[in-house]
Amino acid sequence: MARPRALRLSLSLLGVVLFFAVWEALPRLGLVKSMLLPAPSGIPASFWQEVSSGAWGEAVLQSLRHYVSGLVLGSALGVALGVATGMSRTLEDMTNWIVRLLRPIPGLAWVPFAIIWFGVSPTAANFIIIVGVFWINYFSALSAVQAVDRDLIELANAFGHRSPLARLFKVILPASVQPIMAGLRTGLGQAWMAVVAAELFGVAGLGQRMMQASSLLATDIVVVYMITMALLYGVVDAGFVALRDRLLAWKA
Amino acid sequence: MISIKDLTLSFDSDRGRTIVLKDFHLDIADGEFIAVVGASGVGKSTLLRVIAGLVKPTSGTVTRDNPETPGRRPYALVFQDARLLPWRRVVKNVEFGLEGLGLDKQTRRRRAQGALELVGLSDKADRWPHQLSGGQRQRVAIARALAVDPDLLMMDEPFGALDAITRQGLQDELVDLWQRTGKTILFVTHDIDEAVYLADRVILLAGSPAGVRSTDQIAAPRPRQRDDATARHTANAIRGRLSGTVVDGEGI
Repeated sequence: MARPRALRLSLSLLGVVLFFAVWEALPRLGLVKSMLLPAPSGIPASFWQEVSSGAWGEAVLQSLRHYVSGLVLGSALGVALGVATGMSRTLEDMTNWIVRLLRPIPGLAWVPFAIIWFGVSPTAANFIIIVGVFWINYFSALSAVQAVDRDLIELANAFGHRSPLARLFKVILPASVQPIMAGLRTGLGQAWMAVVAAELFGVAGLGQRMMQASSLLATDIVVVYMITMALLYGVVDAGFVALRDRLLAWKA
Repeated sequence: MISIKDLTLSFDSDRGRTIVLKDFHLDIADGEFIAVVGASGVGKSTLLRVIAGLVKPTSGTVTRDNPETPGRRPYALVFQDARLLPWRRVVKNVEFGLEGLGLDKQTRRRRAQGALELVGLSDKADRWPHQLSGGQRQRVAIARALAVDPDLLMMDEPFGALDAITRQGLQDELVDLWQRTGKTILFVTHDIDEAVYLADRVILLAGSPAGVRSTDQIAAPRPRQRDDATARHTANAIRGRLSGTVVDGEGI
């Protein structure tokens, strides 16, 4: 039998309380040095201190700037090339081997080149994010387009929509919105990881601020930024899901 | 009038050349209701696709007396599956063939609503396809075909996937629709009783490569009875000819 809602809710709440209780207890009871693991009760004060000094807002804005520009460019490129390759046999055959060669290279393996080409700069961060989200979107778009029901293409032909553009907009894109959206959403998370990674190498933003704090053993500040990352990602993801559900209203 | 002359269609594959249709010949008078029957896989659907221009014939021609008229399409197809676009509301599905004809939005909407009225689904215009029953979906597909005001309405086993009661209801509706609109209809089915009940003329497609095996005028007066004796007689005669032509036991 399904658990009553109230019981499930209180269990979830209990889990959260236990989690924080153990976390609080570890440094308090002297089991872990509080310098290594700051107690959660001290975090709000550190948070406030970081926010009121202006450092937090600046870091968030810098990171978001990298994130949004890299994400938009990488996703757009990935979807566009994926769709184009999915619609063109020639393009698919031409890119087949190149893709197989480049695809297994992890996005972060491009960090050395990003720094050599662009220095420790926002452009380097952008580059790493673009590479990170490109492949996800390329493959989701490619396989989405290839999976479009042939019968729907025939329908488009039968009712006069025979040019590649008409086919693209009347059938192929709407039919593959859902898997493309799934790819975009995976990219949201991937890009966020790439942002932090790029900044850990010194590009200004959340990651860099976190590294500075860690080198001063200001672990409470490190936690502040970890929570910030989780919150920002949560907000972006929730916004995306709301947008997706509007676009896919016909599924309901 | 629509004239199909010496239509031949063959495919080249690894196993050599397969001739699907050979020297198919048919003149269709305006307003006529023609049914094409034959065993599964004999090439009935292919014939419709050649006429609709979805498949290029190896040789032969399809010509129409009527000149191209703006705002119309010469041929329209109804498939066995309704083949509605799930991301479009019903009325937008009916507008599908009207797009790209240079009609403004209001005209498209007006004609789509007119077509929906013809099939008795005006009240479902704003529904999503998945909210309709199988019979309703097929009626939307018929409305979509009627909306482009075709010279020839082609139907490829349109009621084959429906339950018996829905099928009979739609058969009667189709005859009614045909009489009210004066459309020319080419109706493919493997159900000989259905063909004899609906059509003015029944063409038996048989052989390999397929050609016209026989043509029967159905003299039964309209409105027809399902148990009309002469019609029954004709149906049995066609069945006899069909089993005579089937080579490897593939019957009906």
